[in-house]
Amino acid sequence: MGYLDGFWVTFKKLFEERLTKDYMKDKGGKRDKPERLHGRHVLNRYEDGMEKCIGCELCAGVCPARCIYVRGADNPLDNPVSPGERYGFVYEINYLRCIHCDLCVEACPTEAITESKLFEFSFTNRQDAIYTKAELVVGDDGRPKQLPWEDWTDIDQVEANTSAWMRATSPSGAAEFEGIVAWAGELGYGIRPPEQGQRAEAESAPSTGTAEQSRLGTAGDAEGLESGT
Amino acid sequence: MGGLLALDPLLDGEFGWAVVGIVLVKTVFVFALLLVSVMFMVWFERKLISDMQHRIGPNKAGPWGLLQTLADGIKLFFKEDLIPDRADRRVFILAPYLSLVPAFVTFSVIPIGGGFDGERQGLFKLFGKETYLQLADPPVGVLLILAMSSVAVYGIMLAGWSSGSKYPLLGAVRASAQMVSYEAAMGMSVVTVVLLSGSLSTHDIVAQQSGGGYDLFGYDVIPGWNLIAAGVVPFVIFLIAGTAEANRPPFDLVEAEQELVGGFHTEYSSIRFAFFYLAEFMNTVTLSAIIVTLFLGGPAGPTFGGPAWLWGVLWFVVKLFLFLFTFVWFRATLPRFRYDQLMNLGWKVLIPLSLAWLLLLAANRVGNDENWDWKIVVAVSFGVLVSGWAAMVAALKVGRARHAEEEAENENEGVLV
Repeated sequence: MGYLDGFWVTFKKLFEERLTKDYMKDKGGKRDKPERLHGRHVLNRYEDGMEKCIGCELCAGVCPARCIYVRGADNPLDNPVSPGERYGFVYEINYLRCIHCDLCVEACPTEAITESKLFEFSFTNRQDAIYTKAELVVGDDGRPKQLPWEDWTDIDQVEANTSAWMRATSPSGAAEFEGIVAWAGELGYGIRPPEQGQRAEAESAPSTGTAEQSRLGTAGDAEGLESGT
Repeated sequence: MGGLLALDPLLDGEFGWAVVGIVLVKTVFVFALLLVSVMFMVWFERKLISDMQHRIGPNKAGPWGLLQTLADGIKLFFKEDLIPDRADRRVFILAPYLSLVPAFVTFSVIPIGGGFDGERQGLFKLFGKETYLQLADPPVGVLLILAMSSVAVYGIMLAGWSSGSKYPLLGAVRASAQMVSYEAAMGMSVVTVVLLSGSLSTHDIVAQQSGGGYDLFGYDVIPGWNLIAAGVVPFVIFLIAGTAEANRPPFDLVEAEQELVGGFHTEYSSIRFAFFYLAEFMNTVTLSAIIVTLFLGGPAGPTFGGPAWLWGVLWFVVKLFLFLFTFVWFRATLPRFRYDQLMNLGWKVLIPLSLAWLLLLAANRVGNDENWDWKIVVAVSFGVLVSGWAAMVAALKVGRARHAEEEAENENEGVLV
């Protein structure tokens, strides 16, 4: 029928299954988050409670949206905030500007800033959009702090899966990983051992292993890449 | 009094407070009905089109998202109302009303109920007075509809023109050209209906369609609608031209958002934008109602016990739904026309076709009255058609030959064409 075929196509769709999934906010049925979803940031701490941020401002420098504002300060000698010489004295992220590109995470030399899987934070005024250091730093239990306007109804699913891909020279600050491109250790929630790069398989996961093992894994990886190309 | 102003028996007798009260009640009722139907229509369209696109559509505000329109309306009402610096302020403010009011006025002549079987002819008793279930029944109802659809162009045209911005201006230019072109075809297909019904009153048109259906295997199942009596073609033309008049997809060039940002309402915000939005969907409802009235017998239909007027309302709503669905279906299926395609369809297809069909119907009527011999008529008209066609082909041939000759001459003289 030429012109009229299209009408049958659209009419058929009425009885077919919907592709869109219902956003069941209240029923706890949200979909699983993609592994590399970029949510809101957290500022991490070491297990002993020290802050990882050393106030170097690399994140602010690399940020294409210029949404990060950092001011470093010298650590007080009697009560240091971070293990380094300096620490992040002021740390603010403006979420009206942030594009969640994760460049800050990649730039950070100490893995101080990472992105969680939390993305449901709809604030109603501009002041709330600026997350201060007190709001970004994880609590003593290693969990992010929940702000009043953040929706955490599916936190169980998010919690298990909150990890950020990053290209840090020293994931989790462990010295034996220096110079190795790897998955970040768990940041935001508790401590999880760092994983190998994307191409590395489970056998070379250096969770309990030494630096030598991990170096071998990476070397094998590189070989595979060369032979592949 | 009654004969001139309206054909409604309500206005025939003595003119008292009861009559004024009834008219007021009807006015408020029609107004509220139209507003509610627009609210529903917006929801219906969004829901249906998402169904046709494998989506879910609005489902958060109220049950099945029914209150979404209300939420949108409230949001728009509280938004900042901007008037551009370069806008012509008075016209800018006037335009939304110019597009809203015709939509309301048109609906006032639509019969929305009443039993149309036998001798009752759509009468309805209210406060001891007999009246029609329509707000007004002027003797020129159909002309009023055409006039209002013309006035509605001004709302859009002035909105785009007064915005002091280029995209709205482009939208306005498109709107005026489009609506003027399609009005001709629309008017011509309405004339066929008027020809068949012999009246310009919407009530009479419905009443005329209610009686005398066609037989099928001995049963009177095919209704005597103008859709069939006029031979489907005027109905199709009206449907297409009406879609273009109401700026519904696939004829929504006026607000083609991919090309013109928002078209004529780019610079509008807040409640003024809401008025345009309202008018647009109201036009869809009104257009469906007009089609139902003119071609599908309006509220006329069989009754099976119970109050006859309620059956009328039911039939009207069912038929109305059919067209509301159709318009959404159009939107889901058809891509937008290009501007030249739009003009080609309007001027080269719809207008000649509607004109030819009108002539055919008129000839048929006159022939029946005068007892023409159809064999002679068909033979003569076929002869005229063939000779006319031959003359046109010959003319085209001569024209082409001359053109080629001229070109050849120009080439010889070395003139660049």
